[in-house]
Amino acid sequence: MAVLSIAGEAVAPAGLLGRPVYELRGVSKTFVRRNVQALDKVDLVLREGTFSSIIGPSGCGKSTLLKIMAGLQPPSSGSVVLEGKPVMGPRRDIGMMFQQATLFPWRTTIENIVLPIEIRDGKAAARAKHDQARQLLDLVGLKGFENVYPSELSGGMAQRAAICRMLITEPAVLLLDEPFSALDELSRDFMNMELQRICLERNATSFLVTHSIPEAVILSDVVYVMSPRPGRFVEAITVDLPRPRTLDMMSDPRFGTLVHRIRNHLDKGAFQ
Amino acid sequence: MTQAQVVASAIPEQTIWKEHVSWIDRVPRWVSMLALLIAFLIVWQIVYFVELVSPIILPSPLETIEDLFVVGKNLLTGDYMLAALWITTQEVALGFLIAVVLGFGLGVLVGETAFGERAVMPYLVAINTMPKVAFAPLFVSWLGFGIASKVALAAFIAFFPVIVGTAAGLHAADQNARMLFKTMGASRWQTLVQLKLPIGMPHFFSGLKNAAVLVVVGAVVGEFLGGGKGFGELIRVAAAQLNTPRVFSLIIYLSLLGLATFWIVAWAQRRFVFWHKESVTEETLAQ
Repeated sequence: MAVLSIAGEAVAPAGLLGRPVYELRGVSKTFVRRNVQALDKVDLVLREGTFSSIIGPSGCGKSTLLKIMAGLQPPSSGSVVLEGKPVMGPRRDIGMMFQQATLFPWRTTIENIVLPIEIRDGKAAARAKHDQARQLLDLVGLKGFENVYPSELSGGMAQRAAICRMLITEPAVLLLDEPFSALDELSRDFMNMELQRICLERNATSFLVTHSIPEAVILSDVVYVMSPRPGRFVEAITVDLPRPRTLDMMSDPRFGTLVHRIRNHLDKGAFQ
Repeated sequence: MTQAQVVASAIPEQTIWKEHVSWIDRVPRWVSMLALLIAFLIVWQIVYFVELVSPIILPSPLETIEDLFVVGKNLLTGDYMLAALWITTQEVALGFLIAVVLGFGLGVLVGETAFGERAVMPYLVAINTMPKVAFAPLFVSWLGFGIASKVALAAFIAFFPVIVGTAAGLHAADQNARMLFKTMGASRWQTLVQLKLPIGMPHFFSGLKNAAVLVVVGAVVGEFLGGGKGFGELIRVAAAQLNTPRVFSLIIYLSLLGLATFWIVAWAQRRFVFWHKESVTEETLAQ
């Protein structure tokens, strides 16, 4: 047993034991007008350098949770604390990415990337960040594309640029709302591996919302399974596959066991 | 070796399936346009020749073309017709400017604020349903027989499409883009200037194109009903004298003014909305 636990620690990412970055305590959300309880006393701790996912059926409150975590919507009750400071609205240390890249076609790639800086600190500050933006383009494999307009980027490339835009403010936490689900299967697998590389390189603390069980398992240290009405976590599943993960691990029996366990939870929810 | 050749020669003629494009879809554009124009002139000439209508009210195409040269010469030598055209051009330009400024301002009010959408828009719609030409006598009595009353009518007739275009443009930003701006902590003003206005540009410009056409209508109708010294007045006088070739050729030159206004807007659109595919293609010019 002792041996096992040591072995477990060795394969587990060091971050699992890292310092808490984002803490949610007893977060509930009720939409009074529609009389819907979207979230029921959700507790969540994201530790530094870890990748967590949340998976659940449509309408289980995932997007509500994400909006609260992004500071876009207040909870009905509960505490939301990022880096020791309560979240009361949008903050520059929260990075966010959506299903659509949402690049603006009248701005070049680099101008899109420094947009968050331009909005918060003005044009001069944005210009000063161009060097850093170029380094980020390098990191995501878009070197040389800084002066290209988004209409010339493919879907995958656009999402890479969106990653840069998310990282330019050096956020403490990355909130990812099904970022690659609009891409084709092959690009999606590839971009997921790229995402892992980028997160590992930057020791990022990430939180992913997804509908894909394999995607959640291959990327995450912890997968939270959520049940609907009211939304609450039914299980937090630790993924003990070693880092860096590869797509080949999807044929690992441990991977299959985890996928099966999560699917069981979701199926139960579906037939309630 | 020549397996490919063998296969090729082995294809039986009756199995070949080929795309068929009808000749009418293959004619080059300039040929068909020229053919249509000539056909139109021939029909016109025949109608004139067999006196289907009285020659007093319908001139022959030849007479009209002849008069086109007369008017053209008058315009080029800077005679009284050029002065008239200049007056009408001023009315169109000023009317357009006022329509754009007023329409844009009201469009932002209507598209951006709940007050504008709920309280102002119903009144604007009500005004738009009025026959605006009927206001011409009012404008004349308020502003006199000079250029001002024509400018007012031109702007009045043209400003509504600009409002609609601007307001529609402000609603064009999708949910994701708005949410992104919120996460960046953008103020309402920043969201308007950096997101909603740029994204709404194509809508704004289609409003401008409608206005560009309407503003010429407004200026000429203003001249018909309120006198003055513009091109509309020349047309009115020529018509009163039953000088129909002159009426036709004046109308043709007047349409050049409308085209010029439209082309300036189209050029601006290609220049400023370069990122919007439909704005850059030829299609929008023939809208």
